[in-house]
Order: sequence, then C-alpha cells, then structure tokens
Amino acid sequence: MAEAVDLKAIGTRPVRPDGIDKVTGRAAFGADLNLPNMLHGKVLRSPHAHARIKNVDVSRALAADGVMAAISGADLAGVQNDLAKNILARDKVLYHGHAVAAVAAKTAAQAEAALDLIEVDYEALPPVLSIDDAIADGATLVNENQHTNGDTSKPASNIAAVQRFERGDIEAGFAEADIVVESEHRVPTAHQGYIEPHACTATVNEDGKATVWCCTQGHFDVRSLTAAVLGESVGNIKVIPSEIGGGFGGKTIIYLEPLAVKMSQLSGRPVKMTMTREEVFRATGPTSATWCKAKIGAKKDGTFTAAQAWLAYEAGAFPGAPIGPGCMSVLAPYKVPNLLIEGNDVLVNKPKVCAYRAPGAPQSMHAMECVIDELARKLEMDPIDLRLKNAADEGTQAPYGPTFPPIGLKECLKAAKAHPNYATPVPEGAGRGLAVGFWFNIGMQSSAEVRIAEDGMVTVMEGSPDIGGSRAGMALMAAETLGVPYERIKAHVGDTESTGFCNVTGGSRTTFATGMAVIQACEDIIAQCKQRAALTWDLDEEQVDWVDGEAVPKPGVNADVKPLSLADIARGAGRTGGPLLGRASLNAQGAGASFSVNWTDVKVDAETGRTDVLAFTAIQDAGRAIHPAYVEGQMQGGAVQGLGWALNEEYIYDADGVMENPGFLDYRVPVASDMPMIDTQIVEVPNPSHPYGVRGVGETPIVAPLAALSNAVRDQLGFRIDDLPLSPPRVLAAIDEQR
Amino acid sequence: MSKVHVSTTINGDVVEFLCEPQQSLLDVLRDELALTGTKEGCATGDCGACSVLANDRLVCSCLMLGVEADGQEITTIEGIASPDGLHVIQQKYLEHAALQCGICTPGFIVATKALLDKNPNPDETTIRYWLAGNLCRCTGYDKIVRAVQASAEELAYEA
Repeated sequence: MAEAVDLKAIGTRPVRPDGIDKVTGRAAFGADLNLPNMLHGKVLRSPHAHARIKNVDVSRALAADGVMAAISGADLAGVQNDLAKNILARDKVLYHGHAVAAVAAKTAAQAEAALDLIEVDYEALPPVLSIDDAIADGATLVNENQHTNGDTSKPASNIAAVQRFERGDIEAGFAEADIVVESEHRVPTAHQGYIEPHACTATVNEDGKATVWCCTQGHFDVRSLTAAVLGESVGNIKVIPSEIGGGFGGKTIIYLEPLAVKMSQLSGRPVKMTMTREEVFRATGPTSATWCKAKIGAKKDGTFTAAQAWLAYEAGAFPGAPIGPGCMSVLAPYKVPNLLIEGNDVLVNKPKVCAYRAPGAPQSMHAMECVIDELARKLEMDPIDLRLKNAADEGTQAPYGPTFPPIGLKECLKAAKAHPNYATPVPEGAGRGLAVGFWFNIGMQSSAEVRIAEDGMVTVMEGSPDIGGSRAGMALMAAETLGVPYERIKAHVGDTESTGFCNVTGGSRTTFATGMAVIQACEDIIAQCKQRAALTWDLDEEQVDWVDGEAVPKPGVNADVKPLSLADIARGAGRTGGPLLGRASLNAQGAGASFSVNWTDVKVDAETGRTDVLAFTAIQDAGRAIHPAYVEGQMQGGAVQGLGWALNEEYIYDADGVMENPGFLDYRVPVASDMPMIDTQIVEVPNPSHPYGVRGVGETPIVAPLAALSNAVRDQLGFRIDDLPLSPPRVLAAIDEQR
Repeated sequence: MSKVHVSTTINGDVVEFLCEPQQSLLDVLRDELALTGTKEGCATGDCGACSVLANDRLVCSCLMLGVEADGQEITTIEGIASPDGLHVIQQKYLEHAALQCGICTPGFIVATKALLDKNPNPDETTIRYWLAGNLCRCTGYDKIVRAVQASAEELAYEA
C-alpha cells in the first residue's frame, strides 16, 4: 500500500464533476427522458395479498383507445424464476401490489384507463402477514413448494432458509458467566425511501436490438436480468444509466425494464414507465421486518464468555431476506469465545425485500447492542469501556470465519472516549445512548478506462453508477495517481457498451473496487508515458521516472532533457505510438471492514411520547477518506436514515395485508426540523488491500443509530422499550404502562 | 374535454401552452415544456422535489394545476442561475457538498431562494422548519443547512 506521504489530491474537498448539472436542473434522472412517438406504460397490481390467479385476460384493454400493447406473466418468455414472477405474477399473487399485467398506450391517461379493462379471475387465499404466523404449526404456505434449505425430505415450510454460525461451547460459555442478559426485539418493515421513483424508457429497433434508459445502481445487472427474464441475449440489450435519485440498495434489482422492453417489441415504439410513490411503497423492495433474540454472558470484569443470537427476517413473497449479513454482523465487533448465531429467512405475503444499506445488519445489531447496553448498566461500566474490553482487532477471528486484518474499531472507541461531545454532560432530563456499527464491505468486479486528450485532459470512464459523489472520488484518485490537478480530470459513468463491466454500486464497493480499477488504469497510462518519454529521449524505459505528472530521467541518468508533462506526451502521441489509453479490470479482493461508534442525546416528552434528538455524533473508520465531505455525508445521511427507522418509519398493514401508509405523509421519514446537526469524526486506519487505504463507508453509518437511539431513550426513561420504532404512540403506551 | 390555453411567464419568458384542465403544473413543466429540472418524488405534496415559485410564493407544482399558472410568474430551477453564472445558493450547495444523489436538490434550491428572499438572516431553527417540506434521504440535512447559512452570509456580504 502506498504510504500517506504527501497526498496532494486525496483528502481535499473539490466540487464534484456532476455538481453544476445537479444544482441547475440539467442532470437527467430516470424519468427525465422523453422520446418521439413514445408510449406510456402502466402496471396492473394485485388487490389481494395472497390469491391464486385463475385467469388473466388483457384483450379488452388491448382494444381500448390508444393502447398499443398489453401483457401478462405468460408473455415473459425467459426464465421462470422468482425474479420473473416478481416482475409479473404467474399462478399466484403473493402480496398486495404484486404486478399482474401491463399496458402501453399513447397517453398515460389512456394506459391508466386501460388497466380497468384487464380481467383477472382471482381465488383469494388467507395471507401470511407476520413471522409468528409464518412459522406457526399448520401455517398457510406462501409457496407450497418451498422447503427449508431445499430439503425436500421435510415438509414444505415458510422458512426458506436457516443459516448458523457456531463457535466453542455455548452452554459452557454461559455457565462460565457471572452475569447473563437477554432480550428480544421486533423491528417492522421499512423502506429505503429514495426520493426518485423507479423509471425507465425502452426502445426496440426492427433488428431486435433494445436500448434501455433507467435509474439503477447497476446497469450491467439490468442488462443481464432483463435479458434473462425476456429470454433474450445480453448482446441485444444496451442499458444507459441515468443519474440516479437515491437507491440505498433498492435499485439493485429490476421491476419495470422487461415490461418496457417487451411492450416496445410488441408496439414498435419507445415505452416509458415510471412508478408512483404509492407503487414504490407497495411493490418495491423494502427491507425485512425482523424478530431478533439476543443473549450475552460476561464475567464481572466485563469479559464476554458467550453470546447467542436468533434472528428471523421476513423475506417477503420470495426467499432472500438478508440473514447472511445479519448473522455476520451481529457479533462482528467483539471477541466472543463461545457463540451461536442462527438466521431464519421467512416467507410472508409482503413485497419481496431488497437490499437496504447494510442489509440485515441494523436489525440484528440493534438487538445485540441493546443487550450490551443493559450489561454495561448492570456491571456499572462505561459503555465504551465495556466494548473496548471485548473489541475485535487485527487477528481476531470474525464470527463468520475470516481473521480480521487491521481494523479500526478500537481506534473509533478511543476517539469516542476522547471526544468533547462525550465529555459534555447529558442535558438535564435527557438521555444518552451509544452503540457500535459494522459492515464487512465487498470488492467484486470493476473496469475502468483512462483516456488522455491531445491537450492532456484526462477522461476517466467507469461503469459504477454514482449515487453520492463517487465521480469526485474517482477523479481525486486519478489526480493523485497521475500527479495532475483534479480540475484536469473528468470522470464519467459509461453505459453497457461504452465501458467495461462493473458490478452493481452496492456493498460500499465503488470507491474501493472501481477506485482500484481507476488507479490501475492510471498506472497503465504512467507506464505508457514513461515508454513514450524513453522513446523521445532515446533512453531505456527503466531510466525514466514519473514525478508530479511529468516524465523525468531517473536520478543519475545522464540526459539533458526537459521533463515531459502528460500534455506534452499527449500532444506528441501520434509520433510515439498513438493515443494514450489506459485500462484495468479486476475482481477486487480485501475490502476492509468499517466500524463505527455513534452516540446520541435525546429528550422524550412524557406527555406526547415524542422523542427529540438533541445531538448526534458519528465516528467511523474510513480507511482513508478520498473526499472527506462525501464521507461525512455518508455518515450524516446514514445516521438520519437510521434515526428515522428508529423513531418513526414502519409499514402499517391492515388485517388483509394492505399497507395503510403508502406515502410520505404517513410513512414518515425525517425532515430537516426533526434533526440536529450530525457531528462526524473520520478515523483512518488504512485498508492494506487498497493502494490508498480505502474502506467502503456507505453502509456502516446506518447500523448503529437504531441501538444508540434505543439506548438513549432507555437512559432517560429508566426502562427499556424493546421494539422499534420508538414512535410517539409506542413510547406513550410504554410510559402509561409504567405508571 | 378540450385543452385550455394558458398564458404565463416562466423564468422571465412569456410562455403559452395548452393543457388538460386536470393536468398539474408539474406535469405541464416536465411533459409539455421540457423543463425537467423540476422533479416528481411523490405527486402528493409531501416531498418538495417539485418546488417552484409562483408569484414568488413557494409551492409544490404537483399540487397546482397548469391552468392556475395563467397570468402568474413561475420560477423553476432552470431560472435560478443567470447568464453571469450560478446563483450564490447554487454555488454554496456545491461548495458544502449539500447534495449526494441530487434529485431533491432543485426543490431545495428553489425553497432556499424563497426563504432568503423573505428572510435574509434566518437562524438554524428557521431554516430547518422552512425546509421541512423538502425531503432529502441522502444528506441527513446537515450540509444543506450549512449551505443555506453560507448562502445567507454571502448574500448579506454582497448586499
């Protein structure tokens, strides 16, 4: 790893490359494209949470004014997997809002009107609406063919999968403890709440080639998934990512794209589809509602002897709740000699869950961090000291197997202990709560190209949709590596045909993995520049160095030449071998885990049950902050999303499985007046696997706020409310119960 | 039903358009006039992404009919910058990294302009309550509030 000596670009806070477009309204997002002759597509959605589809007839809709195409599940000719069945239901509808059919018409109003003409014959079935119902004996089955972990020797079950991590002897570990604390916690469904609804436009030419414009976290995934659902070749589909108006994991999957492509094929015209906010709530991936039991045993001095977690996560209508990450994260911050972690992936008649920022970790860690908070109270230990005593560090084996390389948990805890906000007394009548957060981060595949124009301007082309300023990070890493000013670099996100493959922007991988590809592509440029300079100077390549953006003879090489800048070499490139083009592709290994420590001061109003957040401090290990303002932004944004989840956000269902609050008025995300400033401190324990030490930073920030908030409310009230959200009705009921 | 003829002023330009009586101003701006800088986040007046000024009053354009624009002066995000360059508010949002995905940014900038036109020196609480009709899911509002404070300072200095 390059040492942090003399970094010139990295660590500065320049304006992002796409900034001006975004403050002037020029930036084109998913719904901003309109094409000549374009049709408008709409989706018919299930009015039942669970029903058998006996028949779908779109013929009357197809005959209606302006309608040019109408399709149902049978029209998607590709794979018949869960993804395809989520995009258009086949034999059963599995949640209220499940897509059943789609139409495309000349106007949006005509398409909307035609939906009423589609005839669907349903046989309603009882819905399964909670984990308790789903795992009860004799429960209605969401899928009659679902067997736990695919084991068909056992009866079908709503538990799609069970995952376990075990270490040591759990019973002996608890027997060894002087004190054992346990509790259980429920967290309802929450939505990512990106402000931009899903949108796409597709056009299919007479030669069968399709072009799709859409807002997505991964256009290469849109290409492969759309191709699979339609039974098309990947090569027939080009996907152009628009700017993306938030995703948080929720735009890592597809909903509309195959419908738009199919209806464009059928009509011969472009088809645009956009979701309403209500559709986004009812039919796109929220995260799992969860039921978590946590138990921890410790010696009198605070040393953990054993810990256990039982997690049940709602998957929604199809398997795939984030139990893996939930299990990986729940005890990752600690050295625990004996542990047992079990995760259950539970089917219910609700929308299929999708990734939401550190998927699965906030819920499981909320439970464990609440239990650890109670343990600290019983031991009369400072919550930081208790965590420091048991904190994982380099060489600790994570509960999920690997041994940690250098990690920054202890550094974050020590920074918290030394922070002036922690030394500030808790305001009179208020409460303070602290918790630790974690995300393992991922690497995966990325490509990048660096092109040098004839004046030396640098174009960085990569394929990771920029969801929060990553183009600025790419440009900074390129500037640092090439030794040229940030202002001479333009970073772009290319479409599936103008740039090499990149996995989805998710798992906090972009700045780490795509950044690494950009750095390597710049190193490729430097190697070429040295070769071109050697040719110009009649030296060997080994005699040329690259220093501060210029080729120079190495010290001791006898050559009376002037340094050649990137612009000099680019200008003469035609004479030395042609244009300068650097490339790299990789499957990045060694994504470093990022830990955080958060604490908050709150004031609960005992009359109304409302909790005011008075102060919040987030400390996190970023490895190295490439653009510190955007690292802080991740920390602040994640904190407020976590606080919203802890304070108010929840899907409220009626007895039939209909979500009763599918809008921002009743699904209440935090607004500016709900929040204080979010104080941040970036800790930098460099990741040895990245040239500049980068760790992903995007996901960890949402993990700790849930428990920090719970623990703060507990601190003020003197008793604990186990479940979230701590909305005024729940808090008021709990206070009344105590009286 | 036949379309209605509407005469209005948008970002200083005299504009005439035909729209359906039930069409929102937001849909007219985006679909009829190609002013797509104004965003739709909810179409129910809850998120503020479609904020515009109508006769200097901050409104959600999804809650206003296109026909109601008749005779009014409408300002959208496309009208905030001038030929001389970015407005101070736009510059401060950039400098303070007050946007991540950027979908809410046009609405926030329009709302910020409405606030500072009315109250050039708002305190933090006033800023937070004024902007409470604009949802941002990325930033946690911290850097937005700081950008508004910095805009107010800069505008006061220029004045």
